[in-house]
Amino acid sequence: MKNTSVKKLQQIANELRKKAVTMIYEAQSGHPGGSLSVADYVAACYFREMNIDPKNPQWVDRDRFVLSKGHVCPIQYAALGTLGYFPEADLHTLRQEGSKLQGHPDMKKCPGIDISTGSLGQGLACAVGMAIAAKNEDKDYRVFVAVGDGECQEGEIWEACQTAHKYELDNLIVFVDNNNLQIDGTTDEVMPNIDLGKKFGAFGFDVYEIDGNDMEQIVHTLDMIRMRKNKKPHCIFAHTVKGKGVSYMENSCSWHGVAPNDKEYKQAIAELEGGVQ
Amino acid sequence: MVDIIKKATREGFGEEIVALGEKNKDIYIVDVDIAKSCKSTAFGNAYPKQHVNVGIAEQNAAGIAAGLATTGKIPFVVTYAVFGSLRMCEMIRQEICYPNLNVKIACSHGGVTPANDGASHQAIEDMGVLRTIPNMTIVMPADYISAKKLTAAVAEKYGPCYIRFTRDAIPVIYEEDTVFEIGKAHLIKDGQDVAIIANGDTVRLAITAAEELAKEGITAKVLDMHTIKPLDVDAVKDCIEHIGKIITVEDHNILNGLGSAVCEVAAEVGKGKVKRIGIRDQFGESAPYERLLAKNGITVEDIVATAKKL
Repeated sequence: MKNTSVKKLQQIANELRKKAVTMIYEAQSGHPGGSLSVADYVAACYFREMNIDPKNPQWVDRDRFVLSKGHVCPIQYAALGTLGYFPEADLHTLRQEGSKLQGHPDMKKCPGIDISTGSLGQGLACAVGMAIAAKNEDKDYRVFVAVGDGECQEGEIWEACQTAHKYELDNLIVFVDNNNLQIDGTTDEVMPNIDLGKKFGAFGFDVYEIDGNDMEQIVHTLDMIRMRKNKKPHCIFAHTVKGKGVSYMENSCSWHGVAPNDKEYKQAIAELEGGVQ
Repeated sequence: MVDIIKKATREGFGEEIVALGEKNKDIYIVDVDIAKSCKSTAFGNAYPKQHVNVGIAEQNAAGIAAGLATTGKIPFVVTYAVFGSLRMCEMIRQEICYPNLNVKIACSHGGVTPANDGASHQAIEDMGVLRTIPNMTIVMPADYISAKKLTAAVAEKYGPCYIRFTRDAIPVIYEEDTVFEIGKAHLIKDGQDVAIIANGDTVRLAITAAEELAKEGITAKVLDMHTIKPLDVDAVKDCIEHIGKIITVEDHNILNGLGSAVCEVAAEVGKGKVKRIGIRDQFGESAPYERLLAKNGITVEDIVATAKKL
């Protein structure tokens, strides 16, 4: 873990947002809405909380980050490129033929990706496997996961949760990105996630309900979790805003998987430049 | 008459995996509440730290195995063939085969061997479905001894692998010192008039059919094609070149299994005749195992008759 300040993390998150929007704009393809909603805790994990070594992506004792909602990978690529897992210039190759930066994360192509994802509902089970391996070998590394609220409609999420409980995986930290939107509409319209946070509690997790776009709350929660070894997996139930930071994308499911045009891109960057400095 | 020893190939797996787990602490088993039936209980008891039981949750089992594999473990997901192929199919594709992780899927109850359980439990499509996923290796041993040997070979070879066993006891046909190599057909008997290429529990039928044919002066070559992917293409080509007549036999749908794989080679070579014996693209039912085979023409008599007609 590094002692990066809240203020610095806010600046980093804003930079990651700009990079992600730029990548999607340049590719004219990708998922801006979710990339922006997860940006703050992705920044907090990669630039403060996780024990990682960008020069040694395969370090066996590293903390892992599983982006179960793999479609928002532009923000993760931005973090990895900024940290030096690969040349930052590669960020301009998103979704291009031959690129490390596939439309959805590919662990064999992109350094720093701990598991390939993209098909929703599957990443959490993989993270549980990693966390079990750490426990069985008495290793200290932890596994951080980001799952979407819409993604929690997949049954495999709950299969993985019950396993996390059974194996007392207090080395597993699951962010639930509760932005209330999915492709076809709000989660309430498409498939209500009744008491989603309480569900994780019922599955044996310690649940921390926070504003997932508030860096102070994110850092405070991660600080708290780091101190806790109570044999329970952790769920950070993060209320977030889809499209956070770009006014016309905020709270709009129509920006789930659409790239901005020239004018929209300029406005997005201008708004983000006017954000945290 | 020599006594025929019969053993289910799942027994061979259960014994071998215990030996492998002792030698290699990276070998794990991920069970889904059917350890007793799939013969993985002894492993779990012997090495609790190398054992995970996720309950009745196969999709999760596939994901957990993938996660374990990213940390250098060699997990075997142990279940029935129906669930280990179809229930887990997309997880196998996304999290195991696409990233080419070192996960093994070891399944009992292959083909119609779960006979009285009925169609729900009879895996007739499993190898065919998984054959179309890149990076996957697909193996079905023909008896207890080759089940042990091929389990060891699968553990040794890097990459995703599906290995399929029988629920029912079938004759032990190999000697303890027989050598098996993944991707290499095992020649049981040479012959000039017809080639019988079989796998799994039908190899025994091919051997008996060859013996029957010999009585009538027809010499049959018998190959145990325990690996259908990667297929031993050279062995098939050799049959096409030197014999020209091939019968495939499998306890699997004739679509997309061993028979299809052999036909693909023959079609590309552009010569040779192939007749497929296997499940005739129909679901089974609760019935004795041998009866279910007979209803699909998977018998010694059918192989003999087909050979004579070719």
